[in-house]
Amino acid sequence: MAVVLVDAGGTNIGSVRYALQRLGVDAELTADAALIRAADKVILPGVGAAGPGMARLHELGLVELMRSLTQPVLGVCLGMQLLCRRSEEAEVDCLGLIPAHVQRFVEAPGMRVPHMGWNQLRVRKPHPLLSGLSEKDWAYFVHSYAVPVGDYTLVTADYGGEFSAVIAHDNFYGMQFHPERSAEVGAKLLKNFLVL
Amino acid sequence: MLSRRIIPCLDVRDGKVVKGVRFRDHVVMGEIVDLAMRYRDEGADELVFYDITASPQERSVDRAWVERVARVIDIPFCVAGGIRNVEQARSVLHAGADKISVNSPALERPGLIDELAAAFGVQCVVVGIDSLRDDDGIWRVRQYTGDPSRTQALARSTLDWMCEVQQRGAGEIVLNCMGSDGVRQGYDLEQLEVARAVCQVPLIASGGAGLPEHFRDAFADADVDGALAASVFHSGAIAIPALKSYLRKQGIEVRL
Repeated sequence: MAVVLVDAGGTNIGSVRYALQRLGVDAELTADAALIRAADKVILPGVGAAGPGMARLHELGLVELMRSLTQPVLGVCLGMQLLCRRSEEAEVDCLGLIPAHVQRFVEAPGMRVPHMGWNQLRVRKPHPLLSGLSEKDWAYFVHSYAVPVGDYTLVTADYGGEFSAVIAHDNFYGMQFHPERSAEVGAKLLKNFLVL
Repeated sequence: MLSRRIIPCLDVRDGKVVKGVRFRDHVVMGEIVDLAMRYRDEGADELVFYDITASPQERSVDRAWVERVARVIDIPFCVAGGIRNVEQARSVLHAGADKISVNSPALERPGLIDELAAAFGVQCVVVGIDSLRDDDGIWRVRQYTGDPSRTQALARSTLDWMCEVQQRGAGEIVLNCMGSDGVRQGYDLEQLEVARAVCQVPLIASGGAGLPEHFRDAFADADVDGALAASVFHSGAIAIPALKSYLRKQGIEVRL
């Protein structure tokens, strides 16, 4: 099985790659359109900001390619936000593959931004991607922007209200937390994605 | 609900984990990867690695061990030590670290924080602050604390610096209360409470953990997001699973 990691300049590329290696999959890191198109699974990692993230995809000429993919595509953290329509972060247009608008968390007493740490997952819709996931499993989040709950939401977490932790629309999937840094739970979810 | 984080801190010197008392007299505690895996297996929420000699020696972190850790570990980890510019930070993050922490170099050149936040987003940027109360009762920042012969007292008050680093783009602050560090008499709750009041980003307590009660106090009284400790974990005086079940019984949300 060919799995590629889209090299869009995200800084968690190394850790996602190692997490896949621990599952026995050697994923190639590439910005090559032909390799991405031919892959069985495509992962768009990314830690950073939406503006530079989209700018990098434009620079690499990958925007239309990403939109045309028909195999399972997984966006992680910022990668998930880039799959959405638009982000409040720098008011940037994203890939538009999942009908959601990314919004900033609003600071409140006792609610620090970024949302950083382990939070509990709540399954809203069953899906093969979530196979073996139990209620109250924990995942590791680090983000200041979040996707509101919508029809595309499979899993939520609560931080001053519920937001989307896992989303899906057609062949596009997103995880707001870092599966590569979420211990056994994260490994399970990555494994599920690989067999979709 | 977001859990409170238990964070073992591994001070790294010449590729080994070491621990000193009040930042002095370092003894070797073990191999980096072995200790990292032990804490991961015990349920640590995150790890912090400080290359304590990098900043005083004016060199950056050795990325080889960062990569070794990143390959085996599946919980987040932060790396600190002499990161002076965006390129050095990028190298550490690309090697697999989730966050980078800056301390002395940010005091030398505060604009570094803005540059790191712009390049990687605030969520990657941790600012470590070493703080000590002076005779006039004011907490002030210390620099180059990894090397006692070079440690400097600065004129900057800790609270002013905390405000400034947040404006510049710190996504998290680790407040190392040097007066309580290494002596296991509890975190400096007084200082942490004052710091909490001006800290809108996650705040991590550091320095002084000796008993499970100290962790409870830091979470319950000072409302910190995470508590960092080294010697009590390295020595086995506190086991993380027992600590977490104690905290859960005390009504503190932890990941079990």
